[in-house]
Amino acid sequence: MSNTGVGSTEPPRSAGAGSAGAGAGKSAAAVTIEGVTKTFAKGGTIAVQDIDLELQPGEFVSLIGPSGCGKSTLLRVIGDLVQPTTGTVKVGGKSAHQARLDRDYGMVFQEAVLFDWRTITKNISLPLELAGWDRTRRNDRVKEMIDLVELSGFESHHPWELSGGMQMRVAIARALSFDPKLLLMDEPFGALDEMTRERLNLELLRIWEASGSTVVFVTHSITEAVFLSTRVVVMSPRPGRIAGTVEIDLPQPRTADTREEPRFFELATELRELLRGRAVEPIQAEEVQ
Amino acid sequence: MVVLAGLWGLWEAYRAIWMATGWTHPFVVDNLTMPPMTDIVSRLWEPVAEGQPALIRDLLDKSAFTMREAFAGFLLGALIGFAIGVVLHHSRLLRRGFLPYVVASQTVPILAIAPMVVIWLGGKGLPIWMPVAVIAAYLTFFPVAINTIRGLDSAEPRALELMRSYAASPWHVLWKVKFPASLPYIFAALKVSATGSVVGAIIGELPSSIQDGLGGAILNFNQYYSLDPSALWATNIVAAALGIAFFGAVVLAERLVVRAAPEHVA
Repeated sequence: MSNTGVGSTEPPRSAGAGSAGAGAGKSAAAVTIEGVTKTFAKGGTIAVQDIDLELQPGEFVSLIGPSGCGKSTLLRVIGDLVQPTTGTVKVGGKSAHQARLDRDYGMVFQEAVLFDWRTITKNISLPLELAGWDRTRRNDRVKEMIDLVELSGFESHHPWELSGGMQMRVAIARALSFDPKLLLMDEPFGALDEMTRERLNLELLRIWEASGSTVVFVTHSITEAVFLSTRVVVMSPRPGRIAGTVEIDLPQPRTADTREEPRFFELATELRELLRGRAVEPIQAEEVQ
Repeated sequence: MVVLAGLWGLWEAYRAIWMATGWTHPFVVDNLTMPPMTDIVSRLWEPVAEGQPALIRDLLDKSAFTMREAFAGFLLGALIGFAIGVVLHHSRLLRRGFLPYVVASQTVPILAIAPMVVIWLGGKGLPIWMPVAVIAAYLTFFPVAINTIRGLDSAEPRALELMRSYAASPWHVLWKVKFPASLPYIFAALKVSATGSVVGAIIGELPSSIQDGLGGAILNFNQYYSLDPSALWATNIVAAALGIAFFGAVVLAERLVVRAAPEHVA
């Protein structure tokens, strides 16, 4: 557990975090995926095929692709929620299973998945309860997380009293509360309106800077992927394979103005072409969850 | 209150029309088959019999007795039903094997079961109301078991995935996610069971010849119906009020327990 605590005074990671692989010689890769194929028993659908991918600690990697390309499945394989048919996944040098048992994952889904019967405070502290933290330690950490996602004043509210964007911030706070090494996000802002999505994108980057976690982010928005990531992995339609990888060399920290830079549009175009090159069928069968 | 007044009005209107026209279908209406509501209500304040306390006093005492049976049966049945629900939720095999028998248990008439329970449990030094509580539990456990299964199944798949990603134990998943998610279902069942347990307690008193409860009173007044029809009707009204009170108590408990999710409160 060499990760620094959220809100600690560690210096922020150097700019140019986009140079994946640089200086990663001594510590284990955050995630190593080797030859992963996932075939679903029902109908023998091949969700993802021959995936090889390595993530360095502190990277923000987006998986992008058309619906049904298996990006959510790949995310679940990394998180040990789905078992690969062949191939291996290592997280920080451990098996994905061991990493899950060690609580190395913070998961955020498209829906916030908050528990209506718990207040915001109690929702955020749920993983801490499961990890056996005592009450004072839990309360201290929840306070930190509430500050981090700027939800002060809503501690004793219930989820249904919050807007969709605020609910998502609670889900992010909950995922980060126990300081996981790896944040797995499955289209977390997909259900939000454009304005909220752009604001939360900025917030997520700020939180990522502060927490030092490695992030795997599934999206089908090209601009979101460019804006957030240090690297974008483009997946082809079913069976999902890696169609290409694009380093996002936009300077850090990113701001609202980043979206206006010429380089931003160049990278978006590059991604779009990679996606189009493989987009054989415009409409795919529903993505296997 | 408005509804009560309306029902009263319907009763009297039905009486008035049938008596005025002399209609005999579906039955002849007179002061014996349908006593006026004023008679029924005022009967509550008249003595049970010559030289005895007022009927209402007597019925309230008997209600308290029946209530104890019903409440004990309700608790017992709810616990058993919940336990069955939890076990069957966790094992597909047991669910397929046992659920048909759980359903079958409810198709056996309670009147057939009641004497056996009284014979099995009576005269073992147990309080006299215990066998009756068991009969009430027999009516209570079924809806709770069925709805517990359904409620535990109702937890969102995403929430379960989330718990899995936290490496939560099955115990934690049950208590922190599935059980709270099942509460609206369980309370729906408890509302059915609340009235069911009162019926079970009253019926349970009949074959055990318990005179201390409403069942005993109903049996007694039944025999004297031709002489004193208002007494039976008054008893029925008190029994109904008891069921409603129990139902109301469950609704109140639900408000307190499930207050966190008002949209789930029916």
